[in-house]
Amino acid sequence: MSALDRRFAALADPTRRAILARLGQGEATVQALATLAPISQPAMSRHLKVLEAAGLIEARIDGTARPRRLRPEALDELTGWMTALRDAFEQNYARLDALLGDLPSDPAETRPAETRP
Amino acid sequence: MSSPATVSRPDARTVLVTRRFDAPPAKVWRAFTEPAIVSRWMLGPPGWTMPVCEMDVRVGGTFRWRWQNTETGVEFGFHGTYLEVDPNRLLRNSEVFDPGTMGGTMGGEAQIAVTLTQVPDGTDVSTRITYATGEDCEAAVSTGMTDGMEISYQGLDRVLAA
Repeated sequence: MSALDRRFAALADPTRRAILARLGQGEATVQALATLAPISQPAMSRHLKVLEAAGLIEARIDGTARPRRLRPEALDELTGWMTALRDAFEQNYARLDALLGDLPSDPAETRPAETRP
Repeated sequence: MSSPATVSRPDARTVLVTRRFDAPPAKVWRAFTEPAIVSRWMLGPPGWTMPVCEMDVRVGGTFRWRWQNTETGVEFGFHGTYLEVDPNRLLRNSEVFDPGTMGGTMGGEAQIAVTLTQVPDGTDVSTRITYATGEDCEAAVSTGMTDGMEISYQGLDRVLAA
């Protein structure tokens, strides 16, 4: 799996999205995150491992604690994909805009001008 | 006046693209359903041509699109079947990605629904791409993100867009 695959796969799970939403408000300890979902400690550890492997979160070393926090650059990449997709569509649509200006209305459609203010 | 397309992912297996056009639905419908017109705008980034654009727009009819890079000769395409055809309103079809010589995967078969809505100053076009599973959607997204992205997704998009 590519890094991006892992990121989207990590996001496909509601518990992991809840963890990310919580971390979006600031770093949190594993104990604090455990209150987000009624799941076992090992299950929570697995979710955190998936998010870490996907590069979405990281652990900070604070004495014996390992609070987790978001890696903002990872989320930037995800939204980057959305931007790239939009740009891809937009290239075609810009061409279509120009074309629609020149396109005669359908012969069967004789009232397009009247349907517009 | 048109503003840029917006892209969202309403759920794990769906991608939604919306855009407003400064033309009535009847015109936009023609631009999305007549192959001679489609092949003039659904071209993606510079350097790509659309040598194959066959569309039999009726329920049960099929379409076949293929793009080719003028420099490298790399090809890929999409094909599928029309499931619902409601002129000036809705075009729904299945769609399968054909990696051709480009490679990549878009997951399994997807369903595309292009909805046209008349608004006071034109037509809103929404393109909803629904994959069979969230995993298929991830596959499509990641193919899009690699170097095929611009191309394959455009292909898809336009298509969808189409």
